[in-house]
Amino acid sequence: MNAPFPAPSPTESTVDAAPGAMLTVRIRRDGGFQAFTVARRPAQTVLDVVTEIQREQDPTLAYRFACRVGMCGSCAMMVNGRPRWTCRTRVAAVAEGDGLTLEPLRNLPVVKDLAVDMEPFFAKWTAAHGAFEPGAVPADDFAVVAPESPERRAVDAGIECINCGVCYAACDVVAWNPDYLGPAALNRAWTLVNDVRDRGQDARLAAVSGDAGCQSCHTHMSCTEHCPKALAPTFAIAGLKRATARAALKRFGAQAFRGPSGRRPS
Amino acid sequence: MSAGTRASPLPRRVAARPHAGFAAALLHRLSGIALALFLPMHFIALGTALQGADRLESFLGLTHNGFVRTAEWGLVSALALHMVLGLRVLALEWFATAERTALIVSTCVATALAVGLLFLLGGA
Repeated sequence: MNAPFPAPSPTESTVDAAPGAMLTVRIRRDGGFQAFTVARRPAQTVLDVVTEIQREQDPTLAYRFACRVGMCGSCAMMVNGRPRWTCRTRVAAVAEGDGLTLEPLRNLPVVKDLAVDMEPFFAKWTAAHGAFEPGAVPADDFAVVAPESPERRAVDAGIECINCGVCYAACDVVAWNPDYLGPAALNRAWTLVNDVRDRGQDARLAAVSGDAGCQSCHTHMSCTEHCPKALAPTFAIAGLKRATARAALKRFGAQAFRGPSGRRPS
Repeated sequence: MSAGTRASPLPRRVAARPHAGFAAALLHRLSGIALALFLPMHFIALGTALQGADRLESFLGLTHNGFVRTAEWGLVSALALHMVLGLRVLALEWFATAERTALIVSTCVATALAVGLLFLLGGA
């Protein structure tokens, strides 16, 4: 891992409950909360709990998961008011008393119960020019990128994102301004800004500027504190702020010294 | 991802738990507004000097009022708070310093209160 930020939750208890203990799970659905009771088990994850409820108590409960090992990023939901990946979150670490409150991810429209529509999240990924732009003409040769170069290290710091949406749900700015691109899309844009092979930098920097872009970040650090992969989107967004400021200064300098027509004043 | 299902637009139904970073941004904003509101009064006070020392002295006489003195203490504290929280943001954004947010924000608030206390002890 090249992430610059330490792994979260070192102080959380992971002691399992006594045998025979029960867990009360409140799940937000249909505009209210529905309560379920599930047995506590050793090394039980929050995803285990939801799966047990869905398979043994209420097959109509909707939720989403795939890999169960923290790779796919599809099982995130709000656990006791905080966004978390549920497959790697142990009940013993987050249960408050014998209770657990589960809600769909914040800042995203609900499809049903705990499943949210990720479409706005991925649309913003596209809007932030989150795809590699090779340019009109293919490069003549392979690009040589030294692993220790500052650009490559900046890419490494943010490249492990699994698109789980936890940072997006944690972000207060997204809650206030639904158009805000959000930490994940901006983090992706920053990895591409540092990709020396990319040929779409001007358009990308323009896309991540403005009211819905990196300048709107209030540095609450919520994304960085909640990221299950211990990435630091706050620092990626700060990098974008510096890069967009440099680009604006360059434009301003070009206009001031060459004039709007691009020619130097005589 | 929506698999053809129409999702209900309820983006703000869940409130996040309050946290230190949010508190820092809120305090930064409120102290900034307080300072911005103070500035016109500050310029009015300075402007009275143009009309002679007596006008300035009579205007400064207002500062003996208890309410104004309390407001002055609040302003000094707000200035200190705004500065230390701004330094925190600069450190985060320019140097990418990993921080323990709750500890740093608490330290910022404590620093501002200490500066306010020093102002009071200084015979304000």
